[in-house]
Amino acid sequence: MPPEPTHGSPPLLEVEDLHTYIGQHHILQGVSLRARRDAVTVILGRNGAGKTTTMRTIVGLLRPRAGAIRFEGRPIHGLPPYEIVRFGIGFVPEGQGIFATLTVDENLRVAMRDESPESRDRLPRIFALFPALERFRQARAGTLSGGQKQMLSIARAFVNPNRLLLIDEPSKGLAPIIVEHLVAALQEMKSQVTVLLVEQNFAMASALGDDFYLLDDGRTVHHGRMVDLVHDHALKKRYLGV
Amino acid sequence: MRRAAPILAAAALFVLPLAFMDARTYVTLTVAGLAMGMLIFLVAAGLTLIFGLMDVLNFAHGAVFSWGAYVGFSVALLLNQRWGWATAPSVTLNVLLLAAAILAAMVVAVGLGILLERVIVRPVYGRHMFQILITLGATIVIEELIRMIWGPNDQVMPVPLTFQGSWDIADVIVLRFPVVAIVLGVLVYLGITLLLTRTRVGLIVRAGVENREMIQALGHNIYRYFTRVFAAGSALAALGGVMWAMFSQSVRPAMGGEQLIFAFIVVIIGGLGSVTGSLLGALIVGLSYNYVAFLVPKAAIGINMAIMVLILLLRPTGLFGSGK
Repeated sequence: MPPEPTHGSPPLLEVEDLHTYIGQHHILQGVSLRARRDAVTVILGRNGAGKTTTMRTIVGLLRPRAGAIRFEGRPIHGLPPYEIVRFGIGFVPEGQGIFATLTVDENLRVAMRDESPESRDRLPRIFALFPALERFRQARAGTLSGGQKQMLSIARAFVNPNRLLLIDEPSKGLAPIIVEHLVAALQEMKSQVTVLLVEQNFAMASALGDDFYLLDDGRTVHHGRMVDLVHDHALKKRYLGV
Repeated sequence: MRRAAPILAAAALFVLPLAFMDARTYVTLTVAGLAMGMLIFLVAAGLTLIFGLMDVLNFAHGAVFSWGAYVGFSVALLLNQRWGWATAPSVTLNVLLLAAAILAAMVVAVGLGILLERVIVRPVYGRHMFQILITLGATIVIEELIRMIWGPNDQVMPVPLTFQGSWDIADVIVLRFPVVAIVLGVLVYLGITLLLTRTRVGLIVRAGVENREMIQALGHNIYRYFTRVFAAGSALAALGGVMWAMFSQSVRPAMGGEQLIFAFIVVIIGGLGSVTGSLLGALIVGLSYNYVAFLVPKAAIGINMAIMVLILLLRPTGLFGSGK
C-alpha cells in the first residue's frame, strides 16, 4: 500500500484492510480508505471491483471477516446497521432503496431518526434543493420518476444532521440532464457534510470528488487527489477503461 | 377505480341472494353472516399482521388462539364460580367478565407471542419452508400443553346472561353475542388501521415490511418492532379465541387449527398486508357461507374455497393486495 494521503485534519472515516465475504465468495480482499472531513471521496473501479460491498460493509449490512472501520476514531465494525448510522451516517444505497408504498412525506419522516424539531427544520432546505419532492410530497414514492426517487433517497439521508453520507451510484440509469441536477444539488450539500461516493460516471465523479480511491478485484490499488487522476490517462485506461 | 372494483363486487354479492329468498330471511341471514365474518376477522386480523405484513407463515397462530380461548375460559369460570358474574342479571358484571377474560387471554398471548418470535421465528425470517416446519412443531407443543393443563375434552364456556339469546327486531331475529362480536371487530379494525397509518411505530413497521435492510440503515432496529407486531398479532389471536369460545359456548384443544384455515383464506382473499382487505374477505366468507348454507346447504363448505379460487383468478394479489 502506498502511504495514505494526509491533508491536515484527521479522517472522519477510516477503513483498514477490510475483508468481506458474501456466502463463499471472498469479495473484499483488503480495502483501505480514508474519508477526509468536509471533502468528497470517490470510490472508483470496474463493475465487480467491490465498491458496493465496501459501502454495505461500512454501514453494517455486511459483516467484515477481518479489518477495521473507524468513524471519528471509534471502531464501528461488527455493530448492527441501526447502531452504526446513529453515530451520524446517512446511507443512499444503490438502486435508491426508497419505500415505494409509502408517500414521499412518509419516506422522509421514517428517515428522521427521532422526529425532532431539528430534523423538521431541515425540510425547507431539502425542498429548496429538490423542489420536486415538495410538489409530490403526498404522492406514493413508487410513482416518482427515477430521478425523483434518487433525489428522495439522497434527501432521506440528509434529513438527519449526519456528518457522513455514503452515496452509492446516484447517477445509475438516469438521464444526463437529471444527473446534472444531482451534481448541482450534491455540490451544494458538500459544504455541509462529508461524502463518500461510489460513482461510475467519471464526469460526475471528477466534478464532485476531492480525493479518489481505486478498487480492483476487492483491493485498494490506487488513491490520490481527483485533480491528478483527471490528467492521468494511463491509470484511467488501466482501471476504468476511460 | 382499481380500489373501487372489489367494493362494487362485494356489494353485488351482497344483494344477489335477495333474488332467491324473502326479505326477512335475507336480513336474518345477513346479520348472522356479518357476525360470523367479524368473528373470522378477529382471528384473521392477527394473522394479517404476522403473515400479511411480516410475511411469516405462522401456523402457531391457531395454537395461540386456543390458548387465548382457554385462558379466557378459566377466568370466566373462576369469576362465575366465585361471584356468579356470568349468571348475575347485571349488564355491568357480565361485561366485566367478558372484559376480564379477554384481558387475561391477551396478556398471556403477548407473553407467548414474544417467546415464539424471539426463540422460534427470528432465526427463520424470510425462509417460508422453515417457518412452516418450526411453527407447526410449536403448534404441537403448545396444544399438548393445553391438554396437560386443561385436559383433552371439550368444556363448556360460561356465557354471560346479557349476551345469551336474541333480540327480535321487527320480526328479524338478531342473536346478541354476534352483535358484540361485530362491535369488537369494528373497534379492532379501526384500532389497527389507525395504528398503522397514524403512528410512528406503524410507519416504521410498514417501511420495514417493504425493505428490511433499508429501514435498519435508517437507524431503526426493525426486529424490536417485529417482536411487538408479533406480540400484538398473538394478542388478537387470543381475543379471537375468547370470542369464538363464547360464540360456540365451548373450548377444545384443537379449536385453533380449524379457525386458522379460515384465517389464512381471508388474509389471502383480502390481499397480503391489507387490513381492509382482510375485513372485506372475512365478511365475504361469513356472508356467503350463511347465504349458501340456506339456499344450497351441501355447498356451504365448498363455497369459501370456490370464492378464494375465483378471487385469486381475477386478482392474483387478492382484493387489496399491493402485488409485492
